Amino acid sequence: MTNQLERVPNLRRFNFFNYSAIVIAYKVIHEGRRDRWFWSFAGGFTLLAVAITTTTSQNKTFGSIRGFGPTAASLVALVHLLITLMALTLGARQLSSERESNTLAFLLSQPVSRSNVLWGTFIGHVATMSASVFLGFGAAGIFSTIRGNSTDALLLLRLTGLTCLLVAAMVALGVLISTATQKSSSALGFSVSVWFLMVFLGDLGLMAATVTTQLSAKTLLLLALLNPTEAFRITAVVSLGGSIDALGPAGTYAIDTFGAGIIGLTLGVLILWIAVALGLSLMIFSRRDLA
Amino acid sequence: MIDVKHLTKSYKGLPVVDDLSFNVTQGQSVALWGPNGAGKTTILRCLLGLISHQGHITIDGYDTKQVAGKTRSFIGYVPQESNLYGNLTVNETLALSCRLRKIPLTRAREITTSLNLDGLGKKRVKELSGGMRQKLAIGISLLSNPPILLLDEPSSSLDLATQHQITSLLQSIKRPDRSFILTSHRVQEVEALADRVIALDNGRKTQDCPAREFASSLGLQTWLQITLPPHQCAPAQTRLEAAGFDAQQLSGGVLLNLPSNQRAAALSFLHNARFDVLDFEVRQ
Repeated sequence: MTNQLERVPNLRRFNFFNYSAIVIAYKVIHEGRRDRWFWSFAGGFTLLAVAITTTTSQNKTFGSIRGFGPTAASLVALVHLLITLMALTLGARQLSSERESNTLAFLLSQPVSRSNVLWGTFIGHVATMSASVFLGFGAAGIFSTIRGNSTDALLLLRLTGLTCLLVAAMVALGVLISTATQKSSSALGFSVSVWFLMVFLGDLGLMAATVTTQLSAKTLLLLALLNPTEAFRITAVVSLGGSIDALGPAGTYAIDTFGAGIIGLTLGVLILWIAVALGLSLMIFSRRDLA
Repeated sequence: MIDVKHLTKSYKGLPVVDDLSFNVTQGQSVALWGPNGAGKTTILRCLLGLISHQGHITIDGYDTKQVAGKTRSFIGYVPQESNLYGNLTVNETLALSCRLRKIPLTRAREITTSLNLDGLGKKRVKELSGGMRQKLAIGISLLSNPPILLLDEPSSSLDLATQHQITSLLQSIKRPDRSFILTSHRVQEVEALADRVIALDNGRKTQDCPAREFASSLGLQTWLQITLPPHQCAPAQTRLEAAGFDAQQLSGGVLLNLPSNQRAAALSFLHNARFDVLDFEVRQ
């Protein structure tokens, strides 16, 4: 009897380590490896990341992943669009589909707490999604190097790290949607709506509000920071050495006001999103009947 | 062992379990009997701490509301329909359960061997038959050797032959130090597995009696077909009728219509009267 679930390390001697949550996380990772939905997303992301580095490298100046050039900007846009959708929908599907298929009753009939189930689900999804991010950016870096472009490994690593943080925020939000909805179809529909709101409508809405109500740069920045995907974009552009022009008046205001401290602020916003979403999820999940 | 006091659970204002109190001592097997919607499954879910409720439930002195994880460590649960992960293999499912219960994986091997599940380890759960899935669920419930088993209509979704297999399996795992609470609406299953029956209707207790008195208290009659040598059929029918049994003569024996608690009495009567009982069959 040899399988991945048997290879869960024996961490029971460490009291600070929540063993049940780790077991559940392993289970989620194991299921992810067999999930066609996940593989089609991960495959799509890798293909697009490689395509971006390959096509932009037709022009040697643009193609290098060195500094915040067009390649890095395109990769940030890809993460902003695709990874956000992947993480949100995968997180939203988990608990609601487990509730529907009754497997949640199996988990909760074991001597594990609801917080362990929630933590395990979150950690498992973040680990699975992060692996696909590493795969996508790793392939992009290798292709870029093979084509003879200079590749800044540190920049790629920094972008990967930031993306993993965005993944955690989006999975946490997905888990919140999952705990708050009854059916997996509702959770999926709701998560796609939230994605559309954050990625497209949020941006367009801010632009429209600026034009019509003459919002101050400060208000614009505060509103932008309410959106975790915008917080990621600002962090990525600033920390990868991009031009603040790309961020518009809010970005200029942010740099003028906070200087390099803006990175800490936006990272804090992302971490706050994770904490708030998980806290609310736990509150709902621990009070909810398993009908 | 299990103490339930004033358990009440309502859904959208409608009571599903209404002020129910009962206790189960160590080694006792209690059946919760009633029609669909009587609140049987809801009671088990309250015992597991899966749903909120009013009233108090203590298991071995621990309050299920305060230390649900601890109380669940005393319980093995077999649901009505499989709640296992269909995409995991049998081995993976057992390994997951062992890890969650913090017990060595060698225990999983013992269970697969004792339940004749050897050779199915690499099969995915969704590829198993209903009977095998239920056997696996029973195996998982026994992994940590829990002192309490909760069985939610363990054989209701299975065919007749598999129902008998599962009932026999459950009889074989009864122990003096293990309590059962099972829900059922099958009298045969209740009689085979329970010592005591709590009958429910609309979430209220309507009866609490020993299992052997239960079927007759419901007024249920049983058909008992006894196979005898051909020359003994007519005299046996005469003697049985004289003793007060409702008996008809058949070509190879006699057919009795009697309360279920009288079956043994009829067989004993024929045996004492020196009739050669070759076989018998019970029909509800």
